[in-house]
Amino acid sequence: MAVGVSIVCFLLAHIAPGDPLTAIMPIDATAEQQAQMRAAYGFDRPLPIQYGIWLWKVLHGDLGNSIATGRPVVSEVTKAVGNSLILAAVATLIGFGLGTFFGFVAGYFRGGLLDRLASVVSILGVSVPNYWLGMVMVIVFSALLGWLPSTGAGPGGSTEWRPDLDHLRYMILPALTMSAIPMGIIARTVRALVADILSQDFVQALRAKGMRELAVFKHVVRNAAPTALAVMGLQLGYLLGGSILIETVFAWPGTGFLLNTAIFQRDLPLLQGTILVLALFFVTLNLIVDVLQSAIDPRIQRG
Amino acid sequence: MAVIEAGSIGAPAVRSPGYWSSVGRRLTRDPVAMAAFAIVLIITLAAVFAPEIAPADPFRGSMVHRLKPIRTPLYPLGSDELGRDMLSRLVYGGRLSLFLGVTPVILGFIGGSLIGILVGYAGGWVNTIVMRTIDIFFAFPSVLLAIALSGALGAGIFNSIVSLTIVFIPQIARIAEAVTTQTRNRDFVEAARISGAGPLTIVRVHILGNVLGPIFVYSTSLVSVSMILASGLSFLGLGVKPPLPEWGLMLNTLRTAIYSQPFVAALPGAMIFLTSISFNLFSDGLRTAMEIRQ
Repeated sequence: MAVGVSIVCFLLAHIAPGDPLTAIMPIDATAEQQAQMRAAYGFDRPLPIQYGIWLWKVLHGDLGNSIATGRPVVSEVTKAVGNSLILAAVATLIGFGLGTFFGFVAGYFRGGLLDRLASVVSILGVSVPNYWLGMVMVIVFSALLGWLPSTGAGPGGSTEWRPDLDHLRYMILPALTMSAIPMGIIARTVRALVADILSQDFVQALRAKGMRELAVFKHVVRNAAPTALAVMGLQLGYLLGGSILIETVFAWPGTGFLLNTAIFQRDLPLLQGTILVLALFFVTLNLIVDVLQSAIDPRIQRG
Repeated sequence: MAVIEAGSIGAPAVRSPGYWSSVGRRLTRDPVAMAAFAIVLIITLAAVFAPEIAPADPFRGSMVHRLKPIRTPLYPLGSDELGRDMLSRLVYGGRLSLFLGVTPVILGFIGGSLIGILVGYAGGWVNTIVMRTIDIFFAFPSVLLAIALSGALGAGIFNSIVSLTIVFIPQIARIAEAVTTQTRNRDFVEAARISGAGPLTIVRVHILGNVLGPIFVYSTSLVSVSMILASGLSFLGLGVKPPLPEWGLMLNTLRTAIYSQPFVAALPGAMIFLTSISFNLFSDGLRTAMEIRQ
């Protein structure tokens, strides 16, 4: 899987029109100079060999240098990943917490007012374009009410996140925005799971033998956990992937923002490196979810 | 086809309604799905007949009438940062936004079904190789893949459709493969094979009718995602180029007006949201009506 991902990331730079050097090549470069540059960067060799060389470097922690800034891609990405992860973690806590809560409430009281409310919230969460939600958040809490800052990660254009109150204020809006979609999806999943489990015979059997509701609830949780976990794992990945739009809206100095810069400066090594790191993160995450799932439910086999 | 005359047996033959007519009946009885369908229809018609409906030229700006608030005379929904009429641009914007959102799903439906059904029917090592290759695409969250592809390909309407199609083909192919494999192992397919039907006949007569429904419903659920992604690409500057009216791009250029005209700035996004949620609700209704479990 990781090999496949690396091939796709490698090819990304090669589906680009022209070649990766167009961005830095002087416009008046002669054909001879162009060929020299190409040879210097190794772009004149056959693709599989280029891939081999690139992979060898990647495995040694070398993602190349950013074409725009000349700095190593690795250091740019690690700094950004840190910022993104903090934001994603907070958004995850909010989204998963509320999503699970709404899902359980809706599943337990099917057809009731709470269920309908939770269903509306979840369908809204699933369909909202998060970049627009971000703008609406800024409009409401920043432009109209003036409660919270609209962009950046901290006071004075701070690009490094610190756990203090000032930095926390900058995080509230992007984190809330980011949590909307996972909240909707998780609420939907959990609701369906809980409703399904509650309608099964074993729950009726547990209640019939006089088990208290709290203990029945534990059984429900245990049965819903594996599927819910799988969905959450996927959502955490989507959260990181989808962060590019939200980070752009809030000018949050994370991987999304970095990708945006890379795209506009046509900085292909930076683009390639950031995507590779994010994709590998996603693959690892899925692996962890698989392991956790089979730990909770021995019937699920890893494969 | 055996036709039994009603009078010939004695008892009047009750013709049971066909599958599609009962799906249609269930769908029309679902108020939410019908309301969603109506909204989609209105937005689509407005986009198609934009030249007749829009009160002004969506490209003509006015330096004196920049960023007018909602309900200004002559500017019912205000004006944008270049003094262009918002209502006209929103109506015209629907053309590109809908086109960019729906086309990748249609292309993905064709490509994904083709791959999924062929591979699902073929089975064996062909199936294994193709499906493992498709798995690689699932290692990328769809937003990330879409942005990465169009970032590498460069901005433009064509490139944005290409990258979204590449995002959707694996997803649809996976569903198509799963339902085809399921159907292929059913007894009636085996019976057809034993009675001497060739692979083409089996796929055409027995498989297609059983798998296209579920694949179609799954694809309709992707339209909402596709709308959001396509406008998102334009929002990032990767899709439509100015001065063309498109909701995602309009939302992006109006970001500067967040403090001066917040409500006007939020309008294009509200259109994306409305369209996306309507597609979602309609697709949900369709799934229930067709009795497909996901």
